[in-house]
Amino acid sequence: MITLNGRSVDDADGLSLADVLARENYVICTIAVACNKDVIPRAKYNCTRLQDGDVIDVVQMMAGG
Amino acid sequence: MSSNDSLILGGRAFSSRFILGSGKYSVDLIHSAIEHAGAQIITLAVRRANTNTAENILTHIPEGITLLPNTSGARNAEEAVRIARLARELGCGDFVKIEVIRDTKYLLPDNAETVKATEILAKEGFIVMPYMFPDLNTARDLVNAGAATIMPLGAPIGSNKGLCTRDFIQILIDEIDLPIIVDAGIGRPSQACEAMEMGVAAIMANTAIATARDIPAMASAFKKAIEAGRIAYLSGLGRVLDKGADASSPLTGFLSN
Repeated sequence: MITLNGRSVDDADGLSLADVLARENYVICTIAVACNKDVIPRAKYNCTRLQDGDVIDVVQMMAGG
Repeated sequence: MSSNDSLILGGRAFSSRFILGSGKYSVDLIHSAIEHAGAQIITLAVRRANTNTAENILTHIPEGITLLPNTSGARNAEEAVRIARLARELGCGDFVKIEVIRDTKYLLPDNAETVKATEILAKEGFIVMPYMFPDLNTARDLVNAGAATIMPLGAPIGSNKGLCTRDFIQILIDEIDLPIIVDAGIGRPSQACEAMEMGVAAIMANTAIATARDIPAMASAFKKAIEAGRIAYLSGLGRVLDKGADASSPLTGFLSN
């Protein structure tokens, strides 16, 4: 089990980050991702394998001051 | 007075001295607000992404506008650094406005953590614009840490109270050899003008625009006030008499006597 934006997600262990983001319907060109607090470059989504306990943060730009 | 009066940040020249915030109003108004403000820099925030959300705020921002992501939500330097790195990964470029806020009631910045984040991010090549409580010692630390500017608050974020910290901002203007940009608290065009007359290099405003009845019109009013204040500063303000009066018309040649 991994944690994705604070939410528990099953059946993600061993999948690539790209697979999980696609399954969750994220629009890749609008997001950035940190895995266990480390920023993952977009080019490495395919080769980043998720493990049990990983904490994933997916962010995007929002309006703000 | 120089005709080439640019604001230089991170080696880049800006003719506008109005940094516009994008928060708290419809994204559909952002384009118009930028145009009316004449702004060349707009702030953004980084937040958790929603799935299935096609809305991308960047599509509302015209080409050529410099994006200034903030690190709002960061409670310490480590979180601010992570947000800045994520913003760069989002394609926002190298500009970042550091906000480190532990205090949730008054939203006052944590100056010590802000210095730490500034030092780390400046070494990574970011153009660091730290939001801070106006304190000379912290400002000097930020200069040494590699900040591109110093951004003291005029009043608490979103308060529209104006230049509550006026005298302390003046100290920064007088003592710090970096552009001083008032960030937070400016509520009226007249307050923006006053800050510019003091010698502030630029104004960052969001809530004053966002809470106005007519957002594009208020953006335009701020633009004009900031430009007026800048010209007044460069012109050299007239002196103030402590006592008495000084007639502007000749004191001779009266019709009677």
